[in-house]
Amino acid sequence: MPSYRQLIASAIVVLLLALLPLAGSRYAIDLTTEVLIYALFALSLNVLIGFTGNISFGHAAYFAIGGYACAILLTTYGWPLALALPAAVVLAGLVAAVVGYFCVRLTQIYFAMLTLAFAMLVWGVAFKWKEVTGGDDGFTGIKMPAMISHHIGYFYFTLITVAAGIAALWVICHSAFGLTLVAIRENSVRAGFIGVDTRHMRWAAFTVAGTFGGLAGALFGMYHRGMYIENAFWTESANVLIMVLLGGIYSFIGPIIGAAVLHLLQTFTNQYTPYWPTVLGLILLVIVMVLPDGLIGLARRVRGRGGRP
Amino acid sequence: MTAMLHIDGLWKTFAGFVATRDVSFDLMAGETHAIIGPNGAGKTTFFNLITGHLRPDKGSVSFEGRDLVDLPPQKIVRLGIARSFQRINIYPRLTVFENVQVALIAHEGQQWNLFRPGRSLHRQGTQELLELVGLAPEALETAGELSYGKQKQLELAIALASQPRLLLLDEPTAGMSPQETGETIASVRDIVKARGLTLLFTEHDMSVVFGIAERISVLHHGEIIASGAPDAVRNDPEVKRVYLGEHAHG
Repeated sequence: MPSYRQLIASAIVVLLLALLPLAGSRYAIDLTTEVLIYALFALSLNVLIGFTGNISFGHAAYFAIGGYACAILLTTYGWPLALALPAAVVLAGLVAAVVGYFCVRLTQIYFAMLTLAFAMLVWGVAFKWKEVTGGDDGFTGIKMPAMISHHIGYFYFTLITVAAGIAALWVICHSAFGLTLVAIRENSVRAGFIGVDTRHMRWAAFTVAGTFGGLAGALFGMYHRGMYIENAFWTESANVLIMVLLGGIYSFIGPIIGAAVLHLLQTFTNQYTPYWPTVLGLILLVIVMVLPDGLIGLARRVRGRGGRP
Repeated sequence: MTAMLHIDGLWKTFAGFVATRDVSFDLMAGETHAIIGPNGAGKTTFFNLITGHLRPDKGSVSFEGRDLVDLPPQKIVRLGIARSFQRINIYPRLTVFENVQVALIAHEGQQWNLFRPGRSLHRQGTQELLELVGLAPEALETAGELSYGKQKQLELAIALASQPRLLLLDEPTAGMSPQETGETIASVRDIVKARGLTLLFTEHDMSVVFGIAERISVLHHGEIIASGAPDAVRNDPEVKRVYLGEHAHG
């Protein structure tokens, strides 16, 4: 169970965010919506990276599958949101289960390369299957339910969905399952010798990560009223990976912080210069050289605590 | 009486180097048995073959009548064989407490529970095991920051958490000071006795072995060259030549 303090703090954050539309501009509301979606996306990836110790270079695949599937079911097939969204999430999870089945046979760099290869396949499908996905024109004009078609309605919808998603991930990451995943990350050989089937556990973690990545993707597609092949491209996988690393992989909330900081930095940087990739490179350099456990790790060191999960 | 662990004609070769040569070996339930031999004699390989970490080229290993060859480590653990490692093999970023707690969770098959908070499970069982190996005061420390000797004790607690009937300890006192060695041996002997465990352990330090083992087997160049009661092994001319002799000169 979360501590009393953690519960109160989370409740206050959600409440403050809920009050944002009273004070904030449209710009602030949209920006917060985006940050919320990326926070869920980054957290889902960290189930694999921080908790299981498996680095995926292809997490955008599940984000894109969730996004495209929800968009297509809503628009092409006219499904109601209450069906389209869960279906999209389940589909992302199923694809993650199939891909994960093969990926968890490998470890380390070979694992990472295989996740990248599968993600490129997903990108290829989005690109070539023009009649369904819209190809490189993107899938646009998503039909939105009236209740959430206004930007404030959509903000609340995102806030509730993301909060529920984060709560679910919190429970999973702190469960007996989650603790065993951390043991696998720390020493998978030892985990085998206490009776843990590490391959099956990693497979399950892969599926959980893909499922919640799909939920983030579905929210993203509806927010932008469209999905584009860039959302499935490897640069998107790299972007979310950097969010996770920036926030810190050894803490549950690290990726949320990383997603917020990186996305806000990108937005503000783009207002002044077109050289965001250069700035991103510098950020990555700083993480690798001086912040191996991210901003959360830095905060812990400043407060004189060890960098433990 | 049939053996608890029965090994027959075991071979293992690494790129032409024979690490285990036609080893046959019987271990009776309740026995405390030491495998000794100089470094490089193939002791760890022998353990890895028993516990499923390595697959033998030839030969059979059976535990209580069940064939172990081709079973992965996690299945072998569940049959009742737990082990420690010569090189420290713990979860360095977890606390001492969590290191043992995870082993209990795995033993109870709760690793698939996605809802129950992991840190609330088996608190008492974990505490008892830590007290047993003398690590209760360090429960909340980060495991990777413990002293070497204490990490070895933690290894033992993790192995015991799997509730084994057969305990395999690979050089349980390697790298310890003489005082730590004495304490560890005494503690292992007490635990094994109290829990009625069968113990198979490797060791290169002869003095440790004679203090605890009821039977000793000597491994040399991957072969068992002598096996029997400590005194008989000590006086075996072949053993003297290859093992004690080397020690005396070393």
